[in-house]
Amino acid sequence: MATQDEDRFDVLIAGGGVIGLACAWRALQRGLSVCVLERDRAGSGASDVAAGMLAPVGEASWGEEGLIGLNLAAHRLWPEFAAELEAESGVDPGFWQVGALHVALDRDETEELQRRHRLHREHGLDSEWLDAAACRELEPGLAPSVAAGVLAPHEAVADPRSLCAALLAAVAERGGVVDEGSEVASAEFDRGVTVRTSGERELRGGTLLLATGSDAGRTPWLEPAERPPVRPVKGEIVTLRERRRARPEDFAGAGPDRRERVCSRIVVGDRLYIVPRPDGRLLIGATVEELGFDTTVTAGGVHELLREGYRTLPDIAEMELVEVRAGLRPGTPDNSPLIGQGAREGLMIATGHYRNGVLQAPATAAAVAALLVGEEPPFETEPFRPDRHRASMGGDSSRAAAGARGGTR
Amino acid sequence: MRIELNGAETEVPERATVAAAVEAAGAGGAERGIAVALDGEVVPRGEWEVTELAEGQSVEVVVAIQGGADDPVDAGAAAGEPFELGGRRWGSRLIVGTGGFRSLAQMERALIASGTEIVTVALRRVDPGAEGSVLELIDRLGLFALPNTAGCYTARDAVRTARLAREAFETEWVKLEVIGDDRTLMPDAVELVGAAETLVGEGFTVLPYTNDDPILARRLEDAGCAAVMPLGSPIGSGMGIRNPYNIQIITERAQLPVILDAGVGTASDAALAMELGCDAVLLASSVSRAEDPAGMAVAMRHAVAAGHAARLAGRIPRRLHAEASTPMVGRPGEVRPPSS
Repeated sequence: MATQDEDRFDVLIAGGGVIGLACAWRALQRGLSVCVLERDRAGSGASDVAAGMLAPVGEASWGEEGLIGLNLAAHRLWPEFAAELEAESGVDPGFWQVGALHVALDRDETEELQRRHRLHREHGLDSEWLDAAACRELEPGLAPSVAAGVLAPHEAVADPRSLCAALLAAVAERGGVVDEGSEVASAEFDRGVTVRTSGERELRGGTLLLATGSDAGRTPWLEPAERPPVRPVKGEIVTLRERRRARPEDFAGAGPDRRERVCSRIVVGDRLYIVPRPDGRLLIGATVEELGFDTTVTAGGVHELLREGYRTLPDIAEMELVEVRAGLRPGTPDNSPLIGQGAREGLMIATGHYRNGVLQAPATAAAVAALLVGEEPPFETEPFRPDRHRASMGGDSSRAAAGARGGTR
Repeated sequence: MRIELNGAETEVPERATVAAAVEAAGAGGAERGIAVALDGEVVPRGEWEVTELAEGQSVEVVVAIQGGADDPVDAGAAAGEPFELGGRRWGSRLIVGTGGFRSLAQMERALIASGTEIVTVALRRVDPGAEGSVLELIDRLGLFALPNTAGCYTARDAVRTARLAREAFETEWVKLEVIGDDRTLMPDAVELVGAAETLVGEGFTVLPYTNDDPILARRLEDAGCAAVMPLGSPIGSGMGIRNPYNIQIITERAQLPVILDAGVGTASDAALAMELGCDAVLLASSVSRAEDPAGMAVAMRHAVAAGHAARLAGRIPRRLHAEASTPMVGRPGEVRPPSS
C-alpha cells in the first residue's frame, strides 16, 4: 500500500459498477491504494441489468470504426481477464465463449442481415453466412420461418452479476475499500482531490475517477460545463428460466448441454438478442428508449421483447418468467466511451460505455490503471478522450469561456 | 488572416469570431435555420459571438432559410412559391424524422447536412425534459421540433398523445399518425379522420400521415388539416412511391400543401415526389439507417431541390417515338420543302 492513512488514498473512485470495480482492481494491482464510493450497492446500477454480451461483431456498425477497434481489443483481453480474476478472487465471473447466431426471419430481415454481413467482411470480422437449414441445425429451437443467419463463433458473454461479485472479492483481497451507501457530495481539486462524502466523511485522494455511468452527466459536484456528455438510455430486459431443470445445481454437473436448451448460444434477431446462461436462465433484451432517468418496466416494453423472443424461439413460451428489469446505459454522442483526463486536474473519467460496458471493462481498466501510474495505455485512448465532444455538446461553455478570455487578453 | 469558409479561402480580420464568418457567408441577420461547424464541430448559436477563429480553420455555414448563402441547392429549393406550412414560411422543403439514427453525433451531422428546418420527434420515445438527448440537440441546431403521435393505434390514443405533446413541446403543431397494424404501419383511415377532426377543433395545426388515397386526402382537407401527408410506401420500407398516379391526383386536387411521408428509400424517390407536385418530403429511415447518414442527407437535400426545380421548369411530354432535338429542316445543303 502506498499509504496507511485510512482517509488518504491514491485513487478515489465514484461508482462501484463493473467499470469502477474493474478500474479499482487493476489500480490495486499496480500498488495504488483505492477507495470506491458507491451510492447504493456495488453493481446495483446498469451492471445489475446488463446481459453482459461480449459481442464485437454484433455491435459493429457503420461510421463507428474506432468503436469496432476498441471492442475487438477488449474482446481479445477477456479470456485472460476472466481467468486472472477468477484466480485472484475465487469467484467465477461467468465468462462463456458461447458464440452468437444472428438470424433473419423473413425476406426484409435477410436483406438487412446481408448488409450487416458485408460490413463484417469489410472489417475482417469473424462472420459466416448460413442458410436456413444450417441455422436450424445449430439451433433446432429456431422458428421455422428462419430464412438465413450469420454465425459469429467467437462472441461471448459474461454474467455481470457474477463479474461484480468477482471484482468485489478481488478488490477486497487486494486491500481495496468499497464504501457502499456513500457518494461524493463535494470535491475540491487542489494538487489531488479532497472529497466530502454524503456520510460527511472527508477523504483525500491523488486522483478521483468518475465512473458513475449514466449519472455522470449530472454530476452535482462538477460545473455543468465540466460534466461528461453522458445521457441515460433506458433498456428493458426480461429473464426467463428453463422449467424442466430449474435449479442451478442441476446444471452444474451436466455442463451446458446444448441440445437440451431452448438455445445454446446467443441468438440475435432484427430487434432483440437472446442470451443463455449456463444455469438455464435466458435473457431477452433490450429496448432502447430516450426517456431520461426513468427505470419503469412497461407493459409495452415487455410485450415487445416477449413477442420478438417468441417469434424467434417459440419454445420460450414454456419458460418461467423470473425477472423484468429496466436499466440505464450511459450513452455518449458517438456511442464510444469516455476514458481519460477530466475537466479538472486530478479528475479522471471512465464512463459512457453505452451498450458495451461489460465488454470494454478490461480495456478500460487497463487504460485507466496505466494512466494512473503515468504509463502509456495499452491502446490508443485519444479517440476516447472525454473532451472530444466539447465543441458540439450543448450546455458546454468551455469554448465560449476560452473565446472570452482570448478577447480580453 | 485566412480561413476556409464554405470550402473557399477567405480573408477575415485577426480575431474574427464565428459570428463574423456567418456574416461573411451572407447569412447574417437570419434568426434561425443556420448552423455553423468549425473544423467539423458544431458551434452552438450562443457561442458565435465569443468563439474566435484561428488561421487556417475551416468554417462551414449551412443555411436552410430562403435567400441565404449563394448555394445553388438552396436557391433551387427556394425557387418559385415559398413553402408555406401552418401559416409559416420555410426555406427547406425537406422534413427529417429523428428515429433510427445509430448515434446522436450521426444525427447531428445528418440534420445539418440535410438543411432541414423541421424535424419530427416521437413523444412516446423521447422525454422532452431529458438532458443531453434528441431535443437538446434539435434546440441547439435551431430546428423546429414537430411532435408526432407514432405508436398510436386509436383516435383516442392519438388525441391524448397530441395533447401531451402540446404541453411538453409547447407547440400546437402535431404530426398525426394513427396506425392500423404493426406489420404494415399503414394509417387507419377511419380513426385518422376522427382524430384529425377532434384535434382541429381543439386548435391544433394538424399534419396527418395518410394513405395515398385522394378521397381520404380530401376528407382530411375538409376536416381542417394544415397539410396532407400521403405515404409513398410503408414506413421504413424504402420502397419508394408505389402509386405515383395517386400521389399526382392528390397533388392536383389539394388546396393544401402535400408532403410525401414515408417510403423514400433513396434520392430519386424524393426527387420523384417533388416532380409529382408534392410541396415537401418527410423522410427518416432512408437517411438514419444509411451507411453514411450525412452523405445521404446531402443527397436528399439535392434531390428535393432538383425535383422541385424540375416541376417548376415544366417537363416535356412523354412520346412514344423519338424526336430529334435538332430540327431536320433548315440544315445546310438541305432542300427545303416548298412553302405553300
